[in-house]
Amino acid sequence: MSGVELFAHQFRSDLVRFWRNPQSRYFTILLPIVFLVIFAAIFKGTTIVDGRRIDITTFYVPGIMTLGIISAAFVNLTQAIVTQRENGEFKRLRGTPLPAGIVIGSRALVGVVVAVAMSALLLLIGRLAYDVRLPQTTMVGLVIAVVVGAAAFSCISFAVATRIAAADTAPAATNLTVLPLYFISGVFVPEGQIPKFLRGVATVFPIHHLSRALLRPITDTHGLGIAGTDLLIVGAWGVAALLFAARTFQWSPRAE
Amino acid sequence: MRGPTARAQVSASAIDVRGLRKSYGAHEVVGGIDIEVGEGEIFAFLGPNGAGKTTTVEILEGYRSRNAGEVSVLGEDPAAAGQSWRSRIGLVLQSCTMPAELTVRELVELYAGYYRHPRSSAETIELVGLAEKRDARTTQLSGGQLRRLDVALALIGDPELVFLDEPTTGFDPSARHHAWEVISDLRELGKTIFLTTHYMDEAEALADRVAVIAAGEIVAEGTPETLGGRDHARTDVSFTLSSATTVAELPGELAAAAQLREDGRVHVTALEPARALHTLTGWALEHREQLGDLSVSRPTLEDVYLQLIDANEHPQ
Repeated sequence: MSGVELFAHQFRSDLVRFWRNPQSRYFTILLPIVFLVIFAAIFKGTTIVDGRRIDITTFYVPGIMTLGIISAAFVNLTQAIVTQRENGEFKRLRGTPLPAGIVIGSRALVGVVVAVAMSALLLLIGRLAYDVRLPQTTMVGLVIAVVVGAAAFSCISFAVATRIAAADTAPAATNLTVLPLYFISGVFVPEGQIPKFLRGVATVFPIHHLSRALLRPITDTHGLGIAGTDLLIVGAWGVAALLFAARTFQWSPRAE
Repeated sequence: MRGPTARAQVSASAIDVRGLRKSYGAHEVVGGIDIEVGEGEIFAFLGPNGAGKTTTVEILEGYRSRNAGEVSVLGEDPAAAGQSWRSRIGLVLQSCTMPAELTVRELVELYAGYYRHPRSSAETIELVGLAEKRDARTTQLSGGQLRRLDVALALIGDPELVFLDEPTTGFDPSARHHAWEVISDLRELGKTIFLTTHYMDEAEALADRVAVIAAGEIVAEGTPETLGGRDHARTDVSFTLSSATTVAELPGELAAAAQLREDGRVHVTALEPARALHTLTGWALEHREQLGDLSVSRPTLEDVYLQLIDANEHPQ
């Protein structure tokens, strides 16, 4: 097999494993959809974002897209990496001729592909159920934001996974980090309703910037909808995480 | 003339280790050992936990670095070897958690794709006796079946050398015997096997040669039959006497060497077992002793092993 065929061979298997894993299905696919439906059912009317009045559903579609991307490319991916390391699977793979880059790249691509698919699905549900306008020219900015966000959070996964010792604690560690940030980063609650101090805290982390980069192409009616500064900050987090992961990544279980 | 001869010798050994040393901090785990394993040989590497066994195996497998010494595995240094070398070895590691989401066949076919010239997946599944379970998820397999799946993954690349790290730990006796058959089949396929185990009967049943490591040193090496001078060891003759008879009543030459041990049996260590038995049975006929549980034994591999480990832990 060529390198590309070998990558496809591994990727197919990793994707099948994602799909067959009930935890992946419920938390990564079902949960964001349920959140969108619940938020849209509870909160009605309009909200003000960056001085512009928009329907609350128009706010929640990119907000829950942020959640969907992070669930797939961070929460689920981190769990998969820690589990595969701790049960000795990575170690076993390092004993085969399969290149390390394919092991990591294939796992990361599953996160990115699921993140992209979830974003498309949430956008479609928003359009069909809540009459949220589909982006036209700003689709460019939306696609860039989804891909940059998913790629950056994959990198953060590999970095965070090196700090988690056991597969059991991975979901707790990742959710404890992201859940509070969702509330203060304009994912669950519009930014205008968040106290200034908490908003300041949120701007340090990439979730706030990803949610802004996803919101802009939905609210902008012309231009490309690219939130350059926010995307740069998300990307910088990804690069920094990748450098950290490259120095600290382990193939063997922690116990050894 | 020297060149070709030397090369022939090199190619005849699958593993060649000289003066291997490994320390963690100030603690030396492996203290300069030599190991040589010939092609097609089944080599058993024995030793208690913490003796440096796993460290040595993981250095040979390319997982760990070393501090000193020459290591050649299939002609290459594992610390620097690449993908082509990896495709020539198969590994059965100690832990055996398998991906829960895949079936036996899917997993074996996945691994087959990693190698340029893999064995047939169906045949390999058959070889390890999992044909009936090929469409079962790995979560539906018993411990023994998972271990056999592990062996299938190690063999799928058709390796020349297979490392089996405690392959039957936790098996019930019938699963262990089945695994031994699989390993013996590998010998028929001409594979070199480097086996670590805690079970002396396993080493005795499978290995052509064994080495014992204790506290980072090789303390004995040889065939299972000759390890630690086992072939020259004295024979132990033991039996129970009827309650009315005492050891002192035995014929003189036996009584001198006889010992009543805690197990209630009389043990006679015999240099010449035929003569000792002749004397003993003649006396028994005369005195109407039945000797129903008469046993004649050489020290088992386990006895020899335990002595070696004990001597190492409590040097005189």
